[in-house]
Amino acid sequence: MIGLEHYLGLAAGLFVIGFFGIFLNRKNVIVILMSIELMLLAVNINFVAFSFYLNDLVGQVFALFVLTVAAAEASIGLAILVVFFRNRGSIDVEDINVMKG
Amino acid sequence: MTTDISSELTIVLPEIFLALYAMAALLFAVYGAKDKLAPMLTWLTAIVLAAVAVWIGLKAPGAHTAFDGAFVDDAFSRYASIVVLLSAAAVLLIGKEYMERCKILQFEFPILITLSVIGMLMMVSAGDLLALYMGLELQSLALYVIAAMNRDSVKSTEAGLKYFVLGALSSGLLLYGISLAYGFAGTTQFAGIITTVSDGHVPLGLVFALTFILAGLSFKVSAVPFHMWTPDVYEGAPTPVTAFFAAAPKMAAMGLIARVVYDAFGNAVSDWAQIIALLSVLSMFLGAIAAIGQRNIKRLMAYSSIAHMGYALMGLAAGTVFGVQAMLIYMAIYVTMNIGTFAFILSMKRDGQAVTDIGSLNQYARHAPLKALAVLILMFSLAGVPPMVGFFGKFYVLKAAVDADLMWLAIAGAVASVIGAFYYLRIVYYMYFGEEREAIDTSMPMVQWLFLMAAAAIMLLGVINLFGVEGFAAVAAEALVK
Repeated sequence: MIGLEHYLGLAAGLFVIGFFGIFLNRKNVIVILMSIELMLLAVNINFVAFSFYLNDLVGQVFALFVLTVAAAEASIGLAILVVFFRNRGSIDVEDINVMKG
Repeated sequence: MTTDISSELTIVLPEIFLALYAMAALLFAVYGAKDKLAPMLTWLTAIVLAAVAVWIGLKAPGAHTAFDGAFVDDAFSRYASIVVLLSAAAVLLIGKEYMERCKILQFEFPILITLSVIGMLMMVSAGDLLALYMGLELQSLALYVIAAMNRDSVKSTEAGLKYFVLGALSSGLLLYGISLAYGFAGTTQFAGIITTVSDGHVPLGLVFALTFILAGLSFKVSAVPFHMWTPDVYEGAPTPVTAFFAAAPKMAAMGLIARVVYDAFGNAVSDWAQIIALLSVLSMFLGAIAAIGQRNIKRLMAYSSIAHMGYALMGLAAGTVFGVQAMLIYMAIYVTMNIGTFAFILSMKRDGQAVTDIGSLNQYARHAPLKALAVLILMFSLAGVPPMVGFFGKFYVLKAAVDADLMWLAIAGAVASVIGAFYYLRIVYYMYFGEEREAIDTSMPMVQWLFLMAAAAIMLLGVINLFGVEGFAAVAAEALVK
């Protein structure tokens, strides 16, 4: 029988993968965007699992809001990435280094 | 409970008005003369923001909630809203000339500022985790865009990209904390969460939730160890945007932290007070020490704001009514000092090109004695030298920490402020005794001059009674801490 703890474990696992995807990734900014998306979706699993377990609708409503915001966030992130690419000609993580110190 | 939609809408009317204004202005500009309207729109937005600040200030006293407790209108939210609105209006006015000079004054700029301000008003009035999240995201999404406002500059777009990645990461952490809080408390309302910890025993899940939420929010106030975006974003973003980042969002995020810890976790003071005390002491020291090596005044102000956030957090760490009052006073003073300082930084230029190196200020006092004197007052105030108002801000938070038996934190704060005084005083030293080098222009637009002088005058004259801010902050703090 699959219970709440399995869902929470899955969400925690996905969240940690997303989190480390941002820091360990040395190659491409697109991968960072995907990692962020993964983190937000892991949170959604948490919300829906809790919502079902608590028999309370707020969690599912929250998940819908998170989906909407994640879409807006991704579009803004990609837009910023495009203008960055125009100026720098690269979207490698190593090339985001004009400012340091 | 009877739900009367019109009375609830009345409570959020200023926010609705601002949202309608932003959308109308956007339509008007897109179907109108586009960027030719930008100067007019900037003025209009500043006036609208200031007018809404007055409107909120004149609202009926007392606490009102709307939408099943999701939106709280009390003395605390009114105080924070007014600081946010006035600082945003001031930044629009002092930044306009700079944006025109760099040819980046697009009509989107005032509109995006308005949208982020609506998000901030939501943040400081949030009574529900969903309202908190939506307000925070509305603010952040607008801020990501204005950080990359100068879209032909590598630095500006890199600042936007860095801010976006780290901001989205912090939203993720915050959201994970929110989901845990929802699961373990069974509700997203602050009023519901606080009842689950009423007997002093906090479930482990909620401790995790609190930690994640505080980590996410610390990004927004750039408290150490979540500060790494701050210097790069401050340096890369256009200077008016930096001025905005240093003022309004800091007040809003600080207000939001206070709201969450008191309204939702007010019965678990010992659990969050130690986290906030740690953030506070780390921020104060890192801000003071890392700024010493900086030659770029925008980076320097970034570390300065990290240090100042440490002091404001010290007020919260005290966990008392007086502590919240001290934090609110500190934030109002900090925002005023920063607007004055940035009015000066915005005017730093040589042959029309913006200059950010502090070495270019050498002998500035000989070329422009009055402005140099105003900057001297602001720097002394930022450093916390008595008798400037900045000293009283520090005095209040230190006193709050001492009263709450956090002697070690108060001593650490005093030591950090002595270290931090070095880099503020070095700017003054350069201006008065530095070696003569290629000087910067001494011309300054009227608006910037006015704000610089007004801020300096406030730092001097405020010692009499702080312009009554103390009383407002006391009422606001009492509304928050029940």
